[in-house]
Amino acid sequence: MTLSLIVRRSLRQHLLSTVVTAMSIALAGGLLISVWVVKVQSQTAFTQMNIGFDAVLGARGSKLQLVLNSIFHLEASPGNVAAADYLYIKHHPAVKRAIPIAVGDNLRGYRIVGTLDELFTGVEYAPGKRFELEPGGRLFNEEDQNAKEAVIGNFAARKLGLKLGDTFHPFHGLVYDPTKQHADIYTVTGILKPTNTPVDRVIWIPLHGLQTMSGHDPKYATDVSAVLIQLRSPSAGFPMDLMYNRQGNRLTFAWPISAIVADLFARIGWFDQVLALIAYLVALVSAAGVLVSIYNSMAARRRDLAILRALGARRRMIFGAIVLEAAAIGTLGMALSFAAYFAIVSGVAAIIRAQTGVLLDPWTYDPVMLWAPGGMILLCALGGVVPAWKAFRTDVASNLSPIS
Amino acid sequence: MSLLAINSLQKSFVSPDGERKRIVNVPEFHLGAGQQIALRGESGSGKTTFLHLIAGILAADSGSIRLGQRDMAALRESARDRLRAETIGYIFQTFNLLQGFTCLENVLLGMSFGPGADRARATSVLERVGLGHRLHHYPRQLSTGQQQRVAVARALANRPKLVLADEPTGNLDRKNAQESLALIRETCRETGAALLLVTHATEVLAGFEDVNDFDVLNPAGDAAS
Repeated sequence: MTLSLIVRRSLRQHLLSTVVTAMSIALAGGLLISVWVVKVQSQTAFTQMNIGFDAVLGARGSKLQLVLNSIFHLEASPGNVAAADYLYIKHHPAVKRAIPIAVGDNLRGYRIVGTLDELFTGVEYAPGKRFELEPGGRLFNEEDQNAKEAVIGNFAARKLGLKLGDTFHPFHGLVYDPTKQHADIYTVTGILKPTNTPVDRVIWIPLHGLQTMSGHDPKYATDVSAVLIQLRSPSAGFPMDLMYNRQGNRLTFAWPISAIVADLFARIGWFDQVLALIAYLVALVSAAGVLVSIYNSMAARRRDLAILRALGARRRMIFGAIVLEAAAIGTLGMALSFAAYFAIVSGVAAIIRAQTGVLLDPWTYDPVMLWAPGGMILLCALGGVVPAWKAFRTDVASNLSPIS
Repeated sequence: MSLLAINSLQKSFVSPDGERKRIVNVPEFHLGAGQQIALRGESGSGKTTFLHLIAGILAADSGSIRLGQRDMAALRESARDRLRAETIGYIFQTFNLLQGFTCLENVLLGMSFGPGADRARATSVLERVGLGHRLHHYPRQLSTGQQQRVAVARALANRPKLVLADEPTGNLDRKNAQESLALIRETCRETGAALLLVTHATEVLAGFEDVNDFDVLNPAGDAAS
């Protein structure tokens, strides 16, 4: 009770420095936890993100580019796949399902992708999860070559303000250029429910719609940009990898998708390390702030410490009170750090979702939420050792003025 | 038998110019249980140092300070701290109240280093000194006389065997000084505590049967700076 009372009163007596120091710890702790959580969650989210497919077949080029283009809808397409190649892999005995996609148009920056309705009816985009439409909607009609209909990803629909029955003109290219409007007019027949996948950011139309869009070169009207593939067994990827990537030289077989994305994170791992280093340094500086804050107030505290000692407080209790006070500032700061963490991660998550469709969840537990506060409080307590030592050595008699 | 028995007590300090000055040199001093003694001495004569030595705040160079069965001068610092907290109440000239703590907390803190904080006892002592209605006030919200009463309550809350009072009326006006002195002496009598009071003010000495001159008690002490 005594120690706790001394610490609480001391924190209150030095309220301004307590609050300022706790706020700096909150920012440092929030940054540290955020960097860690964003790193872990984004790595997990991206490497597990395959919208239900095992591999992608595309034009000869980088596997990463192929995956980013066809799964994440981020990169430019490396080229086209001929209809014969699509049909060959579609009927390959090792392939369970092959769904072609065609890219090349956009609506105000959101990609328009041509595909088959089988993507929405036959695929689980995550284990146990299938695509669903918002009430009142339906999939596009791919049987009728003249029907120009679109299904909109949830995020794209919200951002573009599209509702069922709305119409739009596609624009040519992956980058929005108002001068490159196609003559075709598409009608929104369905809006997908949120999936927290890159699918949410895409405007989906029938494959033939994109292939035969007015202004597109009829020479390539049967080509596709890539083929999304489900294999019959995980090991079936080996012979196909051999066939396309080692023996062939026209196409690229990107498999397994998770390993290719993981390779991307391995390549940018240095960036994570730089961020983590900055966060650790900020945490260290904040802990040093505790030391400076308490140390600077020691002159003002000397009399109180001397009084406590004169009342019978042992030196080790005074030492403990100062260390505990430093730890208490750290605890207060780390409690506030979760507010900073939610603010930072929510902001980062909004950016990542807008750019990729992948959702990070700040509410998901991560062990860093325990070890970062623990470590930070320990660091603050260590920062309190220096002023505590000074308090330990406070001379009682000379600080109990006056002397008669 | 004496509650406090001092023999050949010596304490010296090194002055800023490097000269060693003996401040306390008391061959012998006794204080009986429940006895009240006033020590008269000029400012700077070493009275506070003498009380600090008895309280164990300062370590003696030599000699003995027997308090009951224990020799304060022979104890390690932590043991002196414990003995002080358990058996001595100290009233300072400037009260030395902790400004961030309420009256009640000041008294409770004083108790907590000794036998333990007892809220009922702390409240009762504060009521005894007339501050029952100021329990949760901070020292800055009290008059000087009231602050002195809190200091008295804090010194007596642990039922000490010995109360040391260092110029307890030095910061009070005449009326408050008389009231405060009477309060200290009465409460010490009520609790059976011995009182050793040091002062340079002759008017304070009036009511004491035992008045010693500190210069006589401390014959070879150099004046403190």
